[in-house]
Amino acid sequence: MLQKFISMFSSPSASPARIASPKKSIPLNPAFEYSPELQQHLYGRLLLPEEIPFKVLDDHVENGYVSSTPGLTKDEGRYYCTRCGNKEPSMFYKFPCSRCGKSCAYCRACIMMGRVSECTILYSWCGPKFCFDIPANVLVWEGTLSEGQKAASERVTSAIHTNEELLFWAVCGAGKTEVLFKGIEAALLSGKRLCIATPRTDVVLELAPRLKKAFPLIEVSALYGGSEDRHRPAPLTVSTTHQLFRFKEAFDAIIIDEVDAFPYSMDTSLQFAVNKAKKETSATILLTATPSKKMKIAYANRKLQAVTIPARFHRHPIPIPTMHWCGNWKKQLENKNIPPIIAEWVETRLKSKTPILLFFPSIKVMEQALPLFQQLNRGLLAVHSQDAKRKEKVTSLREGRIPGLLTTTILERGVTIPKLDVAVIGSEHGVFSESALVQIAGRVGRSAKHPTGTVTFFHYGKSNDMVQAIRHIQGMNEEARNRGLLDV
Amino acid sequence: MFKIKKCLICNEEVESVFSWKDIWVSSDNEKICSDCRGKLAFLSGERCKMCSRELEEKYQQDGLCLDCVRWENDSEWRGFLSANISLFHYNDFLKETIAKFKYRGDYALAEAFASFVAEKIEHMSHDIIVPIPLSNERMAERGFNQAKALAETAGLKTYDALLRTHTEKQSKKSREERIRLAQVFKVTGPDTIKGKKILLIDDIYTTGSTLRHAAKILKQSGAEEIYSLTLAR
Repeated sequence: MLQKFISMFSSPSASPARIASPKKSIPLNPAFEYSPELQQHLYGRLLLPEEIPFKVLDDHVENGYVSSTPGLTKDEGRYYCTRCGNKEPSMFYKFPCSRCGKSCAYCRACIMMGRVSECTILYSWCGPKFCFDIPANVLVWEGTLSEGQKAASERVTSAIHTNEELLFWAVCGAGKTEVLFKGIEAALLSGKRLCIATPRTDVVLELAPRLKKAFPLIEVSALYGGSEDRHRPAPLTVSTTHQLFRFKEAFDAIIIDEVDAFPYSMDTSLQFAVNKAKKETSATILLTATPSKKMKIAYANRKLQAVTIPARFHRHPIPIPTMHWCGNWKKQLENKNIPPIIAEWVETRLKSKTPILLFFPSIKVMEQALPLFQQLNRGLLAVHSQDAKRKEKVTSLREGRIPGLLTTTILERGVTIPKLDVAVIGSEHGVFSESALVQIAGRVGRSAKHPTGTVTFFHYGKSNDMVQAIRHIQGMNEEARNRGLLDV
Repeated sequence: MFKIKKCLICNEEVESVFSWKDIWVSSDNEKICSDCRGKLAFLSGERCKMCSRELEEKYQQDGLCLDCVRWENDSEWRGFLSANISLFHYNDFLKETIAKFKYRGDYALAEAFASFVAEKIEHMSHDIIVPIPLSNERMAERGFNQAKALAETAGLKTYDALLRTHTEKQSKKSREERIRLAQVFKVTGPDTIKGKKILLIDDIYTTGSTLRHAAKILKQSGAEEIYSLTLAR
């Protein structure tokens, strides 16, 4: 048996994904003529009756083609949601249910996907396997891989083939997606069904068109809250981890992008979703630039296999952040002053027309600071997680229509802006963990045309995470140099 | 004593300021956090005497909004609903919360409003509380009646005096269509409501057509006076 790392990065007491066994196991009736439409709809899925608009559902259950599972189970007085794995008592609530006529508990954790209560039954296909048609020339991507990318690509491909669990640790700007293409191609050609899962909708929206372009002849389905192609089976799926709750034993390989990128500690829930959505024998690729401490330790102890790309595709080192003491930034901002050293940093870049991102520890501090910075330049804007215009604002910065953005950690990942310089204001604050700071620094020098730039941590007393983040980047650059992956 | 409480609306932990008072009195009122409370817009200022709508200078007549003027000028509808009281402005935040509550079926959200509902009803005189009912079809779909849930979680006894005979897909109809619609309710027990002061409960007051239909049939069946309470206006 393989070491299942996924089950390690949750709390140690967490049991592996557990699915209540079907109420009754009915042998498959070979004489029954099943509905291919229902097969397509339910294959690899775990759905509520409301999500299955087929009158023939009951017939399929009776003939052993569809299995049924109770939505909630109770174990030693604690409820457990079969769909999302929630077992936090405060996230269950009882209500007088008119369907069962009882006081019926339901799961509040996944309520946005429709209510799963004690009297709910979830359905899943258990009849013949659904097969996808995969053309021989499925991949049309014609780019080339760097040396580091090539080695990683081969390792990923073999891990998918042999159903391994693999940590794929690559620096920001290494070109991770391209590395996956060959592995995905090989898996598709051998009849495997794949899923790239990510905690963030933004990443789904960014990845899906790139994958559709690389694999134009097959269906690539993109799933996120409110997406349309929810019930079409596809050989390649890009999904938020949340949407994985609607899958069961569907995938031969799951690639988890930004495995550490959860906005809150949702480890148990991610582990559950992934374990449930993949087949019993399957590969798991954990993709990240900043693995958690637990993952790094498991890697060091050889409990977790890993492949690393310590250098960017353009063969330049990652810019090392510098630290500058700026006094009590919080108080100064409250008194409507920008710490002078920060004001100077911003003005220099405004003059040289260098686009900037200024990271703030909270929305509150940022909103206090915004009018002060707008006195330096009226074009400066602010973005945060609830900002509906987030995308437009980032595009404006990328296209040079605004000089810079003030932001919370929401833009720490997935943003590529050429020529960018970055400053973190109050970098000793608790929200700026080592991985957050490494990701923030990773925004700079990403393009081959402008591979350099500055990253500045303005602080009122250095934190351990700041020091660790700098060491982390230095370590990666050093490894890259030793492996001959840098030109300078 | 130090049990962590989560906000029923946003699930964030509720920060409760611990004071000496808490040792003697368990404060159980923090169902929602201050952020969510701040996003609820209490109806305030000058309001329509009839329906609680916030009044604007131009669009009123003797303390009534023009909609209510229209209703009360119509001999078919005059005098059935004595007054409606609503708690909150139906803003985007409340729209989202009510949608999660009734369409996604998150019953727990009723409890988030329970203390507001209970407090308001304490100041409204009534004999019987009647929730606006759902049709059987809608009830089977949702599993609970949101109007009843609001009353139940506020600790109030309700009486199902009404039965819904027509579908309630109101949101897709215009005002004219809603008003012209034949009576959608039936009274279940006329003896119980005879001569009684009735308080109707619903989640939203949009055009007022639902509540007026209910008020009309209740009054015609012998009820003395009809008031209504809704969460949103």
